[in-house]
Amino acid sequence: MKSATGAHTGTGTWLLQRATALVLAAALPGLMIHFLTARPVNFLAWQTLFAPLWVRVLGLLAMTALALHAWVGMRDIFMDYVRPTGLRLALYLGVIIILAGSVAWMAAVLWSAT
Amino acid sequence: MKFRIYRYHPESGERPHMQDVGLDIDPAGKMLLDALLAIKAEDETLSLRRSCREGVCGSDAVNVNGKNRLACITPLTELKEPIEVRPLPGLPVIRDLIVDMEPFYKQYRSIKPWLINDEPEPEVERLQSPEDRARLDGAYECILCACCTTACPSYWWNPDTFVGPAGLLQAYRFIADSRDEATAARLDNLEDPYRLYRCRGIMSCVDACPKGLNPTEAIGRIKSLLVKRRV
Repeated sequence: MKSATGAHTGTGTWLLQRATALVLAAALPGLMIHFLTARPVNFLAWQTLFAPLWVRVLGLLAMTALALHAWVGMRDIFMDYVRPTGLRLALYLGVIIILAGSVAWMAAVLWSAT
Repeated sequence: MKFRIYRYHPESGERPHMQDVGLDIDPAGKMLLDALLAIKAEDETLSLRRSCREGVCGSDAVNVNGKNRLACITPLTELKEPIEVRPLPGLPVIRDLIVDMEPFYKQYRSIKPWLINDEPEPEVERLQSPEDRARLDGAYECILCACCTTACPSYWWNPDTFVGPAGLLQAYRFIADSRDEATAARLDNLEDPYRLYRCRGIMSCVDACPKGLNPTEAIGRIKSLLVKRRV
């Protein structure tokens, strides 16, 4: 039986989207509770919220999961709506730069304040 | 009873339009197909497909009040007037309620809907255990009416690359068959960003299927097999 297609990439990205969804479902409630119970009113209180290492690690983990999750979603949208290859590649690149940049920026912010 | 029927005659040069039709018919115990045939008896230019008139051949699938159904097993008493009858969405219309099924069949063919087994043929049938046979339940009953596939927005958008629920249900029917030897190749055939994974699990197919089958579940099982193979 000859294969009608040759991409063999569907399962990996599908799994990635599910896995990152699970990470987000697990990490976001914890972070929400952490912030809502503290309800910082000034910058100093806000900053101390990020002092524990686990908050920063969990925050960065959630951001990375969000970026990977969004990447699969954006890729699917471009596959559906953008047919010219050059334009699609350019959009892929733009999204990767924005998402990877956001993760790096968040890491820098989280670790620069302390 | 009041009907609104989609009319399109490409030879006339007119654009497709909805035609209001009144029909004197007692709905008790009658199906939509009975009404359509009665309308056709009055106006023979109305074109539709039908054959077995009992929900087995799958040729009279139409869109009724926004839902894909088989006209022959849709009771008139269930329908709100005016009863709007359109051809199946997402396939090219040939004339009136008749659509070109070729894009649908093309996807169906692409999953090789036949048993692949290169072993020498046994003297008797290729036997299955009752458990192996039970795995085909819910998959083999499909009559290929296309109600599910033409209710699927992913298929509307990617009819050339997404197999669609009917084709995927049949793909699973052969993957699950203990007598079939091409499981790995069948999974390879579906592992691609479009062919299987354009399914978003919205279950329009389940809602539409006049035989009560569940293509979404079959698609989930194919995904499980692909994941198992990978991890």
